[in-house]
Amino acid sequence: MKAHIAFLLGFAMLGTACSRKSESGAPALKPAVYGAAIVESSGGKQFAQTGSLLPQPVVVQVNDAQGIAVPGALIEFTAASGVTFDPASALTDSSGQVTTNVSLGGMAGRYQISASTIDKSHKKVELKLEEIALGYQQTLGRRLNEQYCDRCHNSESTAERVSNYDNLEVKPHPFTEGDTLNKLTDADLTAIITNGGPALQKSALMPAWGNTLSKSDIQALIAYIRAVADPPSKNAGPIYARN
Amino acid sequence: MKEKLTSLWQKLFGDSVRSFGVVSVIFLVSIAIAPAKNFFSEWRHYQHGYLSLIRNRSEANTLQRHFQGGIQQIWLPELGVVDRCTSCHVGLKEASLTDVATQPYRKHPVIPHNLDQFGCTTCHRGQGAATTVAEAHNSTLAWEQPILPARYVESSCGECHRGELRGTPQLNQGRTLLAREGCLHCHIVKLSDGSTMKPTDDPPSLSHVADKTTREWIFAWLKDPQAYASTSTMPNFKLSDDDARDISAFLIANSTPLPGDAVQLSAKATPDPAAGASLYGESFCASCHAVQNAAGNMVGGDVGPELTRVGNKVKPEWLQAWLRNPRTYDAETAMPHYRFNDAQVATLSGFLLGKSDSDFLANVHLEAATPEQIAHGKRLVSDYGCASCHEIAGIKKPENFAPELSRIGSKPVTQLIFLPGMQHTLPDYISGKIKNPRAFSPGLKMPQYSFTPAQIDALTTALLALNERSYSLPPSLAVAGRTETNYQPAGRAGKLMTDLACFSCHRISGHGGDMAPDLTWEGSSVQRDWLVQFFKNPGTLRPALIRRMPRFNLTDSEASELTDYIMTVYQNPTVDRDSMPLSGYSQGQIELGKQLFYGKYSCQGCHIVDTKTDKGYIGPTLTHVGSRLTAAWIYQWMKNPQSLRPGTAEPNRAMSDEDARALTAFLMSQKGGEKSSTPAKASGHKAHTEEVAKR
Repeated sequence: MKAHIAFLLGFAMLGTACSRKSESGAPALKPAVYGAAIVESSGGKQFAQTGSLLPQPVVVQVNDAQGIAVPGALIEFTAASGVTFDPASALTDSSGQVTTNVSLGGMAGRYQISASTIDKSHKKVELKLEEIALGYQQTLGRRLNEQYCDRCHNSESTAERVSNYDNLEVKPHPFTEGDTLNKLTDADLTAIITNGGPALQKSALMPAWGNTLSKSDIQALIAYIRAVADPPSKNAGPIYARN
Repeated sequence: MKEKLTSLWQKLFGDSVRSFGVVSVIFLVSIAIAPAKNFFSEWRHYQHGYLSLIRNRSEANTLQRHFQGGIQQIWLPELGVVDRCTSCHVGLKEASLTDVATQPYRKHPVIPHNLDQFGCTTCHRGQGAATTVAEAHNSTLAWEQPILPARYVESSCGECHRGELRGTPQLNQGRTLLAREGCLHCHIVKLSDGSTMKPTDDPPSLSHVADKTTREWIFAWLKDPQAYASTSTMPNFKLSDDDARDISAFLIANSTPLPGDAVQLSAKATPDPAAGASLYGESFCASCHAVQNAAGNMVGGDVGPELTRVGNKVKPEWLQAWLRNPRTYDAETAMPHYRFNDAQVATLSGFLLGKSDSDFLANVHLEAATPEQIAHGKRLVSDYGCASCHEIAGIKKPENFAPELSRIGSKPVTQLIFLPGMQHTLPDYISGKIKNPRAFSPGLKMPQYSFTPAQIDALTTALLALNERSYSLPPSLAVAGRTETNYQPAGRAGKLMTDLACFSCHRISGHGGDMAPDLTWEGSSVQRDWLVQFFKNPGTLRPALIRRMPRFNLTDSEASELTDYIMTVYQNPTVDRDSMPLSGYSQGQIELGKQLFYGKYSCQGCHIVDTKTDKGYIGPTLTHVGSRLTAAWIYQWMKNPQSLRPGTAEPNRAMSDEDARALTAFLMSQKGGEKSSTPAKASGHKAHTEEVAKR
């Protein structure tokens, strides 16, 4: 019983702390108009390190029933605790959009963030986006990917980073290709990275990296591959959503 | 009332038996308080929660076996760690709890360290000995050691790891920014190993600035450096018009002309955009200099200044002198001395002067400076500490101009002054100060930088790593970073290498840049004839790279002098150049090597030997490799590429001696047919130049 009282007290204190915080923030916004739908403009499916800012802001747009952008509608962003938005709520600008900078929570995994607006009948319209937080191991894997793998496994070519993908007779699997890669076990992936393609009766164009990368490097690469797979891998950890 | 009290007293303490009984009860209850408090403690509550969480899992028995009740503690006297965090965070070491999202039961993500050897507070800060959430984490915001927010956690890696770490990009970026954005010119940062962090940027001397530019440009630049070049690292000092006027007056009046700093070429600057653009491309100016294109993207490197509006800045006669030999104006510059002829200087300067924005200086009109204005400008230059970064004749570099930051990461919160509405924590203070320094007091001299939010986080991370703990941790834990030597080649070749600024891009014996290959073992690697030819006309080795070796227009004697030095001095002790012949391998060996190349090792994935069939684009083209590299180098490279060039992307295939020998024979047979490949190479080069020009 005493413990319960203590917890209640704790929550009450937490509550006051939170309410103090929101008081000091911006005054509550009043929407001038109401939209019918909310759509993503950009910023979904990004990677960032745990606790860090997404490299690009998230931009969402409110449309009316005809699909035309609505300026002056209120958008609120919410997500699991630990995720912060700057701003957390705003009115859409002249092009019907709101841009917010998002920092992900401290745990590696997928974060569901939700942007919501209110339509004419005061019903909540919601858009859910997913962002990916990389922990230490996945970040290390990401660096290794950039150094050793990305040139062939990523078909996107830029002037600064020319892709080798198109030059290969047997096309490598991009690491985001969840449909294929999720079917391979960690042991399969370890074997193919360590001993090269022929280890799984695949192309010799995939060289053996076992003498170049350490065991923990290879584990880090696999953790990265699991983290970025789309559709998500079962091994990627939980999805953090608002509770 | 009084009666009631009296009767109560009588009831309780009327006789000795009653009073004994009552006192005993009170005594018992008070004794029971401590165990009760213990029984209802937070950690016990969380441990119960954990037990009910694991009860229904398939691996419940294993988890149950690992579970230990009661207060847990990691005690590491030499690190000053007494961490009881594991009393509530019970599942930290349970690998199978990957799907658990609720705290405090999450497993700890994989890191290269063992929790039992480092504890928790070493990385996360907080009060390790505390056994309640509030006390351990951050109950009051004035707590000296609250939990470090996850976004700054890499700072803790930096307490021991002084060099770059692959897994901590944010810390690496912060340290790079600290060194190259000018912070270290004013703030001293001493590290726990006794060294002092050195700036990596090189702000220009202003002692002869009137040769280079006009007072109007200086005025506009001082008012808003990023308006001239958005990538500029010069911060905005938020000067008033009068202050900018007076500083520009002083800098011009204080400048002395430098002999040879202005040439009058007979050839006029030709504004021929096609010829200029192609010379700009061929000379690989874009490897170091960026230009903003019509779409607003920066194209080019960030070693030298951005050139988008360079025509607004430089005087034509200065630019021509600079292009002819930059070392006249700045002996230490990272810019190579290209040895352009007069026509090339005229073409290139015409092209660069055309990069201007007619609006940039349109509204700057300055009257002739008065002596008072000049004197005031001089005072301002001292006040703002301009000489911390720039050499200015007659002004001494100020010492201790700004607070030392060696231990900023442990600065007590009680010593900080926060802005209203700000969280009272050290990370918030540091990032707030970087974001908007003058907000903390209008009189502060720290200028306004134009960092992105991510850069501010990175800088804050790097600064938080500069703390007491980095001094107090056992020295055996410290991991040194890569140290920059002050290697300087000797003699005439050494002078030539300085003149060509080889070290701006190449690294040799631990000194120099990272843009181009490390040349420490170059003499063991390449053949003499090839190197001479390469100096005279650097061809394309790696088609995928956009930064390439430029042509410096060397004379024959310069090229052979450099080659001789490299061939003699830059030798790898494990590669004996003469141990394997350059040609004369048996056809059988060559054929075996070819099979290995295309089959077992599938080298064509990254390399091109036959331009008709191979497409590999990542490694160097190997059509001429037999006349470029030595056989001994190729053999050793096959055996272990990382032993020759650490970090190279070529995988180590642990080849047998036979395989390595056969591949060496095959590669040495690729001498580059004169007819088929030379034109291909030349046209490839030209195509690239055009591409650069287009961009």
